[in-house]
Amino acid sequence: MTLDLNSPTGAARKRRPRSATSLTRSSGLGLGIALTWFSLLVLIPLSLVVIQSIDGGWETFRQTLTNPQTAAALRLTVTQALIVTAINVVMGTLIAWVLVRDDFPGKRLLEVVIDIPFALPTIVAGLVLLSLYGPDSPLGVNVANTERSVFLALLFVTLPFVVRTVQPVLMELDKDVEEAARSLGASRFTTVRRIILPSLAPAITAGAALSFARGISEYGSLVLLSGNLPLKTEVASVRILTYIENGNEAAAASVATILLLVALAAIVLLQVLSKWVARRG
Amino acid sequence: MGIEIRGINKNFGDFVALEDINLSIPSGQLTALLGPSGGGKSTLLRIIAGLETSDSGTIEIEGNDTTNVPAQKRNVGFVFQHYAAFKHMTVAKNVAFGLEIRKKPKDEVKRRVDELLRLVHLEQFSHRLPAQLSGGQRQRMALARALAIEPSVLLLDEPFGALDAKVRKELRNWLRRLHDEVHVTTVFVTHDQEEALEVSDSLVVINDGRIEQIGSPDDLYDRPASDFVLSFLGPVTRLGDHLIRPHDIDITRYEHAATARGRITRWTRVGFEIRLEVTPDDVLHPDPIQVVVTRSEAVALQLHEGDLVWLRPRAGVEELSR
Amino acid sequence: MDDSPTKDTVNLKLSPEPTKRLGKGLRRGPGEGGVRPSRGAGTYFRRLLVITYLFLLIIWPVSLVVQKTFDGGLGNLQTALSDPVVTGALQLTVIVALWAVAINTIFGVGISLLLVRYDFPGRGVLSALIDLPLSVSPVVVGLALLLAYGGTNGTFGPALESAGLQVAFATPGIIMATAFVSLPLVIREIVPVLQEIGTEQEQAARSLGAGPAQTFRRITLPSIKWALIYGVVLSLARALGEFGAVKIVSGNVALQTQTATLVVEQKYQDFEQGSAYATSFLLALIAVAALVVVTFLRPKDDTDGD
Repeated sequence: MTLDLNSPTGAARKRRPRSATSLTRSSGLGLGIALTWFSLLVLIPLSLVVIQSIDGGWETFRQTLTNPQTAAALRLTVTQALIVTAINVVMGTLIAWVLVRDDFPGKRLLEVVIDIPFALPTIVAGLVLLSLYGPDSPLGVNVANTERSVFLALLFVTLPFVVRTVQPVLMELDKDVEEAARSLGASRFTTVRRIILPSLAPAITAGAALSFARGISEYGSLVLLSGNLPLKTEVASVRILTYIENGNEAAAASVATILLLVALAAIVLLQVLSKWVARRG
Repeated sequence: MGIEIRGINKNFGDFVALEDINLSIPSGQLTALLGPSGGGKSTLLRIIAGLETSDSGTIEIEGNDTTNVPAQKRNVGFVFQHYAAFKHMTVAKNVAFGLEIRKKPKDEVKRRVDELLRLVHLEQFSHRLPAQLSGGQRQRMALARALAIEPSVLLLDEPFGALDAKVRKELRNWLRRLHDEVHVTTVFVTHDQEEALEVSDSLVVINDGRIEQIGSPDDLYDRPASDFVLSFLGPVTRLGDHLIRPHDIDITRYEHAATARGRITRWTRVGFEIRLEVTPDDVLHPDPIQVVVTRSEAVALQLHEGDLVWLRPRAGVEELSR
Repeated sequence: MDDSPTKDTVNLKLSPEPTKRLGKGLRRGPGEGGVRPSRGAGTYFRRLLVITYLFLLIIWPVSLVVQKTFDGGLGNLQTALSDPVVTGALQLTVIVALWAVAINTIFGVGISLLLVRYDFPGRGVLSALIDLPLSVSPVVVGLALLLAYGGTNGTFGPALESAGLQVAFATPGIIMATAFVSLPLVIREIVPVLQEIGTEQEQAARSLGAGPAQTFRRITLPSIKWALIYGVVLSLARALGEFGAVKIVSGNVALQTQTATLVVEQKYQDFEQGSAYATSFLLALIAVAALVVVTFLRPKDDTDGD
């Protein structure tokens, strides 16, 4: 018997031919232009934020963050973003599941509905929520100017992230694998828990990271809805804005740097996850 | 015993996938369901596994009526064409899955997994993820996984269909030997007649949702019940009024009591085999006749392209049909 | 087994959605019904839960805005559209959005091709950084641009202004802020498609004598067409709706640097809610309409590359 016992990964590796080539002259020029633009637009301005926050020395940084109003804003932002992300993990996965596995009239309409929070201007999102959950709510639920308004706004604007990351993975998921689990004796519940959810886990985490990053940086949808009450409904972005308006750019940069670091952490997490998925194949 | 299939019907909309299938598959044998794609053989296999429900009819496995038993309670091993590997689990975890579902003690699971991985020659890969294995290795893992639950029957759905020709041949031989060791009642679906003839104890030819013929490889090859079975199991050519296998034709360069006469108009050499096309000068049967001879025969007979030759069935060969 | 001639009928009876099956899964049409033998109560429960959730969070509130816009017939829209502050802002928004989308499209296609087709040091870092703008708070974006291009104490601002180019508190700044926040959207859509289609077709075209430009126009562009359109529509929606970054960079001066979203805020706070709703409605209409058109036009299997 001459099985290929000793060329384990050979077959798997060979199937992925290297499609990328090294730079040619014109593509090198293109890369140069692209990088210049990207630097001028994104990298340099963001670096200046970090530099500005360090510029004032550690003391400014510390003072800003220990300012009770700022600390409360950061705490509120992070807490609400975490709660919302947790809900998105559950509801987003469930929505993706229904969109992929269920079929009913109007399903395509729901597909569009999912994208609305992406497409809607954030200020309009605030207005939209205000119309149902504001002072003249037809439901009689008025959350305007309370902590719950922050929660609601974040829930609205972050809704698509988990759905849109999980959905394609769920679509690609091989039915054979579920059937295999069943033929091995796994119940429906066990199959979901041990086969489907682990396959979706990287996508769910990726969506959660995006949703959290968006949550902590949200501003527009809160403007009309939360009332920006200091110590109560004021979020980190609003604090930054107030510092800017007061001309205290160093303090604004300090809070901004914190937000940037969290955003960066989310991106690193995403990158690690996608590498992990790529390795798993 | 084995598997008793009675009166199975299955429609998908108005497409008839299976029509009144009655079949008994003996215990401990390796049976091939052979037929063209879309003929219903995979559907039948999936019905046996409980992955599909039949519209009517009953399935008995080892004497138990399993018609209404859900897949997860049938204790059937199923191997899929595309491996259906659990990608997030190591090879060992994949194989252990069914045992863990059955809540076997840890040490027993470990012992059994080691044993199976040795059986399928994957013992040194137990900690790899499926993505790090080749196709053939993944399929062997899938087989170990299916065998781990000590299934009452092992079902394989085009198990080698996704592999390249060389690995397919190796795995096919290996499956045969494995079966000689394990002796579990095994049914496998294939559309490759060579695979079916080589590996199985008995063959079931299925076409258009119906069983065409059941028998041993010899039976089917030599005594096909229909033109369909004849032509599906190997190449055929028409000599005079009959269908015959190209290598069952006797060819000479001298006139004798022949069925047909013509010139060699094509000459293709494939390894030790030479495939000839003879264009008969008979106006009633003008279609070219395919003849296969070995290279040494061709040398001995001093055949060349363009030669006038006489053809007849080899002695002892029954003409198969019209 | 391999093809089901009556997929639709099968669909109703057996399996919730075989048409969605992709790739390898396609080889077996009707067979898959077995995975979910019947629709249990769970299916309906999940469906109901999802629809209720989306209804309460999105559908109902959005329709209320539409309803409020048309509360007094077309009055609100007429008032808004005859207000020079609103029309000026809408005009500015459209100009800014078109610029930002154009820049992002050209930049996005270019950088996607570079990232997928070429190998250079720092490629991984760059592809990670590209996503950064999506996770940065719009307020931080505004602050960053102000620190770089602010007229008096920005790093480049004073130099640019003495050269006659005012960035902050002017249209270029608004365009930059808008381009910043929508930068990754085109790239995120077309990179996966470029990866999926691989280089075989392009190599085939090259071997048949097509030059790089022809190959791009006749082979690459058609294959990424829908992804590109979708990315452009997302960018457009995002660009029309940018608020936080623009608020800081623009200075928010009515009739000069005030965009439509800033008008919404102002009108709402000035208790001209009719105008606020009408302007919101117009913004939402453009964004959602573009999205709907693309969602329904886009061939369903196009994302899979083949």
